[in-house]
Amino acid sequence: MTLVNQGTPFVTSLIRVLSKIFSMLIMVAMTFLGLFIVTFVIGRVMPTDPVIAIVGDRASDEIYQEMFLKLGLDKPLWEQFIIFLGNILQGDFGYSVMTSQPVIEDIKRFFPATLELALVATIGGVILGIPSGVLAAVNQGKLIDHSVRILGLIGNSIPIFWLGMVALLVFYAKLDWVPGPGRIDFYYDGIVEQVTGIIMLDAALAGEWDVFNNALGHIILPAIMLTIYSLAYISRMTRSFMLDQLNQEYVLTARVKGLSELGVVWGHAFRNVLVQLITVIGLTFASLLEGAVLTETIFAWPGIGQYITNSLFNADMNAVIGGTLVVGISFVGINLISDLLYRLVDPRAK
Amino acid sequence: MTERLNKVSDDKQDIRAWLLSDSPANALQAKLQRIYIGWLSFKTNPIAMLGLFIIVSLILIAIFAPLITHSNGVEQELANRLQPPTWAHWFGTDELGRDIYERIVWGARVTLYIVFLVSVIVMPIGLIVGMTAGLFGGWVDKTLMRITDIFLSFPRLILALAFVAVLGPGLENAVLAIAITSWSPYARLARAETLTVRGSEYIMAAEIQGASKVRILMSHIMPMCLSSTIVRLTLDMAGIILTAAGLGFLGLGAQPPLAEWGAMIATGRDFLLDQWWVPTIPGIAILVVSLGFNLLGDGLRDVLDPRSGGGD
Repeated sequence: MTLVNQGTPFVTSLIRVLSKIFSMLIMVAMTFLGLFIVTFVIGRVMPTDPVIAIVGDRASDEIYQEMFLKLGLDKPLWEQFIIFLGNILQGDFGYSVMTSQPVIEDIKRFFPATLELALVATIGGVILGIPSGVLAAVNQGKLIDHSVRILGLIGNSIPIFWLGMVALLVFYAKLDWVPGPGRIDFYYDGIVEQVTGIIMLDAALAGEWDVFNNALGHIILPAIMLTIYSLAYISRMTRSFMLDQLNQEYVLTARVKGLSELGVVWGHAFRNVLVQLITVIGLTFASLLEGAVLTETIFAWPGIGQYITNSLFNADMNAVIGGTLVVGISFVGINLISDLLYRLVDPRAK
Repeated sequence: MTERLNKVSDDKQDIRAWLLSDSPANALQAKLQRIYIGWLSFKTNPIAMLGLFIIVSLILIAIFAPLITHSNGVEQELANRLQPPTWAHWFGTDELGRDIYERIVWGARVTLYIVFLVSVIVMPIGLIVGMTAGLFGGWVDKTLMRITDIFLSFPRLILALAFVAVLGPGLENAVLAIAITSWSPYARLARAETLTVRGSEYIMAAEIQGASKVRILMSHIMPMCLSSTIVRLTLDMAGIILTAAGLGFLGLGAQPPLAEWGAMIATGRDFLLDQWWVPTIPGIAILVVSLGFNLLGDGLRDVLDPRSGGGD
């Protein structure tokens, strides 16, 4: 009897956790399925003929027919989708017309550059955004608060592609403080072995500090552009989370007990904000991955965004779909992971 | 003279008293009162007023574009190409001799057109999906919200790019692509608002009187959802304008010779080094307008939707 009494709450809570995880997994699967359906539809209704894109418009009818059958375009739509799904799950996105390489190989080359840029900009946003958000919340309604708020709004309003252009004009063309567009000067290219694909990291690992410095010089401007965006978002969210905490009674209690202001703010309030910030940082990183498209174009940064836009203009269907899928999968994946982390770490989230 | 002035100020006092009366006599008065009280609190916020000023100026510039320009902004005058800013050409001229000031003025119309198009697509879709989900509940709610969640977690810019690839480059298609990828937060909002009013007595009263579901949705629930969706739309508008300009910059949005600011930056890019004004000035225009929407939305949120203050 006692055993049952002790066991029941445990079993019910276990069942609750399991069912929660199960329903989340279903949600994950459905989100990915939705993404695949949308990209599949985009691929099917594209104005370019996928057969002509491969064989060229001067190919004979027989070759055309052969390719038509080889691509499975005679099969019913649902069957095509299943094949499409099977290929994606095996990492097969077909061949790129532009580079005549498997799309997945191209993506392996281009994606790390985007990751590197998004990572640096996220770190910048965290380092600058969190303190400024906390500062604004602590000084609510004062000059500092208003300044942070207005700067954030300005950061949200600047067309980054335009600012990047102006920054290149000033800091590269006029002042010559930074190396120009691109990811690295070409005489440094290929010196370090590609391990992670992130040049700065690879250079540091190989001890090639010249390469590291050159790569750092190249990344500074585009990273600052993207940091403006991440900074604005992170500081705004930090401020609003902190305000929620600072108005609660335990903060008052801590103050009444004579705890220093620093201890109240960072030791008590901020610790409770950390969990929520994980989600925000995750969201920032994910949106930088896709938001880097324009910045990459301006700075000739060989990332996935530039790959997708170039492929778009060359009607390179497989590349567009493959790139969209990879960004989409990472985006959805990061969002889900940060959501999951949030639910796991914060017992209040149900 | 003094008498007349007194009379005018008396009239003003009367209107003010009528607008602030504790017991409004009819629905119209109550409605006007709410707007007036909101305006009073909005007016005290200088930042929000600056935003309002920018947006009103944008609208006025767009309306009176033919009166404040000499050309239609697309006619070329090759003899005058790449002139620096002067009294004749305030913002200089571009590579085809078109006056940049005039193109900025005509571009205001394009920007407003984008704002209008996105609003009339996004708001109805979001409202209908969200209100239907909230009112009917059950499996309707579950299905609609799952779809909304899926759209919510998509990478928007990349999908908009892919959609434009399907639809073909062009201003309308760019707007459509933006709209397809951005209705989902509005559905969430509308659902939440619907859930809070669904159980209210006035809805029950309408039901008992035999109002159909459609009627309840349209005339009893929708008005309650409007303020929060409008605030959200105003705040999102900066992002929408920036995305549209970005698509224009990539050559996927508005096509030349249309005076769209993003596309103007793209074509002016080649002249950045020697004729800085060609790409720089359209960028400032975009910055000012999206800042205007951000400031206005920020202030509106404080007035109309104090619950969500500061958060997302």
